[in-house]
Amino acid sequence: MTLTRRSVMVMGAGALVTFGLPMRANAAAEDAVTEFTGGAEVGSEGVTLTAPEIAENGNTVPIEVAAPGAEAILVLAMGNPTPGVARFTFGPLAGSQSASTRIRLAGTQDVVAIAKMKDGSFARASSNVKVTIGGCGG
Amino acid sequence: MADNVRPRVKAPRSAEAGETVTIKTLISHPMESGQRKDADGNTIPRSIIHRFTCAFNGETVIDVAMEPAISTNPYFEFQAVIPDAGDMTFTWHDDDGSVYEETKSIALA
Amino acid sequence: MTRTRAIAALLGAAAVTAGAALAEPVEDKLTVNGQIEMTTWTEPSPVVDDALPQLISGWHFRGTETRAMQADDFDNPGMIYVDGAREAWDTVEGEAGKSCASCHGDVSEGMKGVRAVYPKWSEEAGQVMTLEMQVNACRTQGMEAEPLKYTGTDMTSMVALISSVSRGMPVNVATDGPAAETWEQGKELYYTRFGQLELSCANCHEDNYGRMIRADHLSQGHINGFPVYRLKNTKLNAVHSRFKGCVRDTRAETFSPGSPEFVALELYVASRGNGLSVEGPSVRN
Repeated sequence: MTLTRRSVMVMGAGALVTFGLPMRANAAAEDAVTEFTGGAEVGSEGVTLTAPEIAENGNTVPIEVAAPGAEAILVLAMGNPTPGVARFTFGPLAGSQSASTRIRLAGTQDVVAIAKMKDGSFARASSNVKVTIGGCGG
Repeated sequence: MADNVRPRVKAPRSAEAGETVTIKTLISHPMESGQRKDADGNTIPRSIIHRFTCAFNGETVIDVAMEPAISTNPYFEFQAVIPDAGDMTFTWHDDDGSVYEETKSIALA
Repeated sequence: MTRTRAIAALLGAAAVTAGAALAEPVEDKLTVNGQIEMTTWTEPSPVVDDALPQLISGWHFRGTETRAMQADDFDNPGMIYVDGAREAWDTVEGEAGKSCASCHGDVSEGMKGVRAVYPKWSEEAGQVMTLEMQVNACRTQGMEAEPLKYTGTDMTSMVALISSVSRGMPVNVATDGPAAETWEQGKELYYTRFGQLELSCANCHEDNYGRMIRADHLSQGHINGFPVYRLKNTKLNAVHSRFKGCVRDTRAETFSPGSPEFVALELYVASRGNGLSVEGPSVRN
């Protein structure tokens, strides 16, 4: 087939549609984890992270974190240009060690929640959120 | 002070002593991330609310350190214990130095 | 040439049908604040004339969390703008020394039912008026104040306020009588293919609602939910802004907000939703 610009564009568009957006990961993200935990061992029980499987729109993604008995919960977006999202610190009058908010995700990636428990231990939960480009949503 | 920044809080008017209640907060703020560029290609500088706190009668309920990844019009939902009647105070700290405040009185049921 | 066309057609088909598993609009019930019951899935009115077998609000095409955001006035970020407009409603502006409240009283009484019947024919103006046009007519004539920018935040917030007090009421725009000619113009526009992509409104919103276009879930394109808080741009969006974007996305020279084409189109599109509840301000992607 003669390679016209039109045919190359069409093939390129086809490849993108077929393979979708690549998953993003940021090298600095794991550093942010280590900074919070001081390098301590991180368990996997005790913290839950609720996030949609597919984000309606990457600009506003509702999430919830909960870790009974935690002092603080750090939330990171492992594929954002800067991984930090929020750090929730619970005071004596917190009714539960949980919170909900809405966050921005730059692309498909893992969102991670790390809880620092009152006894000094750490726990980690992760949720993969797919973020897509819309159609011709303008 | 950023333009048109309005805090809103949803808290119960009264509670039983020791009851756990749900608090919702929203503040209208663009949360300029520092990632966007303007029409000329210059980066628009970051300007966000970087901290939110809630306290009841002076005791901390929650303290949130916020990054640009928090969406425009930051929203938080969390729980608070109400030991006694009193005032729940909310503060939002803006990068530009402003502090927005809101107070809700909660009576004992 | 033909081979490229064939590839393009195949890819086009793939793009539209790829997400078939997620295609169906979700069955769910919308009650706002536990009080306002919304009709979001209903029989079409005679106006629609077989074009749609059922009327389904855009609400049903969105994800779980997005639908939940609209069910509570606190969670709905569009309501921040309504709050701002409430203040504007009571603010005196212009040479005549009046506020909206001076003539219309309390907004929830004075404006109840208004959103549901707009756009509508104005005998005085001799044309079909949209709500934005009516607000500006009141401002310039009644208040002797400056008109608001058609799709600016102030105007869209005011339209959101006026919509919010009609929530739950069925959309019921008149398509006959003096409005008939404008309605016919709007209908013709709806079925006209525009742009390099040669797409009409109907191609997506009538022929392919429920399917995915790349990663967007196509709705029936009703406007009962406008003004709409879009997660995508985290602000309130007006009908004509969306029309402008849609036409631009077909890679055409688009029309301006407030243009006669969009006024006619708004009347027609509103009529397709006759029977659905006014939802504005709604939350969409």
